[in-house]
Amino acid sequence: MSTVVRLSGVTKEYAGGVRALDGVDLTIGRGELLAIAGPSGSGKSTLLHIVGTLDRPSAGTVEIAGFDVASLTDRRLSALRSQHIGFVFQAFHLVPGVSARDNVAEGLLYSGLPRARRRALAADALARVGLADRMKHRPHELSGGQKQRVAIARAVVGEPALLLADEPTGALDSASGEAVMELLHDLNREGATIAVITHDTEIAAGLPRQVRIRDGRVVADTARGKVAA
Amino acid sequence: MAPVSPRTEGASRTRLKAARLSPRDVLHVGSAGLRSRPVRVVLSALGIAIGIATMIAVVGISASSQAQLMRQLDALGTNMLVAKPGEGMFSGQEVKLPKDAPGMVGRIDGVQEVGATGDLKQSVRRTEKIPKDETGGIAVKAATERLLDVLRGKVAAGTWLNAANGRYPSVVLGHVAAERLGVTEPGQQVWIGDRYFTVVGVLGPMPLAPEIERSALVGWAAAQQLLSFDGHPTAVYERSTDASVRQVQKLLAPTVDPRNPQNVDVSDPSAALQAKAATEGALSTLLLGLGGIALLVGGVGVANTMIISVLERRHEIGLRRSLGATRGQIRIQFVAESLMLSGLGGLAGVGLGAAATGVYASSGGLPWVVPLWAVGGGFGATLVIGTVAGLYPAVRAARLSPTLALHAA
Repeated sequence: MSTVVRLSGVTKEYAGGVRALDGVDLTIGRGELLAIAGPSGSGKSTLLHIVGTLDRPSAGTVEIAGFDVASLTDRRLSALRSQHIGFVFQAFHLVPGVSARDNVAEGLLYSGLPRARRRALAADALARVGLADRMKHRPHELSGGQKQRVAIARAVVGEPALLLADEPTGALDSASGEAVMELLHDLNREGATIAVITHDTEIAAGLPRQVRIRDGRVVADTARGKVAA
Repeated sequence: MAPVSPRTEGASRTRLKAARLSPRDVLHVGSAGLRSRPVRVVLSALGIAIGIATMIAVVGISASSQAQLMRQLDALGTNMLVAKPGEGMFSGQEVKLPKDAPGMVGRIDGVQEVGATGDLKQSVRRTEKIPKDETGGIAVKAATERLLDVLRGKVAAGTWLNAANGRYPSVVLGHVAAERLGVTEPGQQVWIGDRYFTVVGVLGPMPLAPEIERSALVGWAAAQQLLSFDGHPTAVYERSTDASVRQVQKLLAPTVDPRNPQNVDVSDPSAALQAKAATEGALSTLLLGLGGIALLVGGVGVANTMIISVLERRHEIGLRRSLGATRGQIRIQFVAESLMLSGLGGLAGVGLGAAATGVYASSGGLPWVVPLWAVGGGFGATLVIGTVAGLYPAVRAARLSPTLALHAA
């Protein structure tokens, strides 16, 4: 099984000496569906940012889709994000006043694909998340669950090597939340590598692999059978 | 859609290269912010529009007036010179031009037409009952037949002096003189010297010879017979070919009075009109400065709007960075937005300024002229202002840490 993410000894310290991550080792293989779980303040958001290459570690190495992040310029990091990483946020972050289809197409804006191709792929992706009949709806005309599905379509439209979902059900009622998790399972069955960041132990328990974080350290990883020290 | 599949190992080894945004995509991301806040766009573009409109209108109005004067000059020609008696060597000494001066001037190379007037010590009145001293500022002059042609004047009503009526007590009035005398049409009579003269014609406006507008003109021969005119001209008007104007100007004084050329004043009446055309441009500098200040204030408004826009859209900036936008692409998005904002203001300003010029021109009967350099310069200025105003907010946007941008409240 080839690896999509390889973190070794990753430490992140913020100005003022706050240590958000402390020597994290984490490997995610292709086709995995895992939960990165922990209470708020555990460092899981920082971990998301580092795996998503939005932030750089203070120490340790980060390898995403075969690239050593430390060696990349900001420009090439941006290219890495546009080609290999998809993000889903708790607050959706859809562009207001723009149709669902154009919101999804925005996910390919920085890929270099021509506009017509981007719009065609966006229509396909929307159909894939079950919103073929909502192409022209604008975000304020969609329910929370639908908004999140649009956001997921935007994240997977470029077929990224890794999908990072940050509390994807955090702003949804339980029925919509379950539907979103079901969609993530479906995408995983089709081959997508997905990491769900959550504080919800129930959601984490529903996923094949769970990585537990506390105080910036990995305290449990069901893949390795690692137990809290 | 093809099943979402992870990239192959081969793909992940390809070189990472950030794609460029096409011009259309830049337009798209740049205008997204504007489309979502139309009222703010209108208000902040208004400042720029007012500045540009002021500048365009100032330049346009003065250019229109100038065009009107130039058009007049073209019609009147710049090839006419006037010789008049100057001051004598001793003050108070009366200087007269020789009687044969018009004939001599006609023989200079290049001179095409010559006309002359001679001042008469007479006044013109409606009746003999009006006191002699009430001249109403109207001069009585003897005029040669060619005068009207030399001045390119037009007869508004009636006829000009000719060989037939020039010998009888007939008079042609300049349009100011006719107005002051209350003469509205030919056929009426006015009192000159010791008899009634019949008005045979009224002249139209003569911008090159305002003194003729305020004169009553009598035929040369009639003046000598009836009004004891001594036959010495007091103004010799000549028109030459355009090429020989400078040469004629040099020769005019010595030709008119070969013995005392210093007694002859030579002037170019079109020079006054040309000077007026030149000052039309100079007077507008102050207003142009005011327009510039309005433009500057408009630019500050755009910068302010852009800074607020960046603050409000931190989430969007974070999202775009997570979607793979480079810092440069974020920068270009906000510079494009700023350019579009001020460009819109510039377009509106050019339109407003041109319309203002059009209203002024049509109300004053002037040609409608908006110089292209002013339109180009004004619009160019808005693009410079848009770039400068957008640069700092754009750099701030690009420097935002994507993680902070995403999680900002």
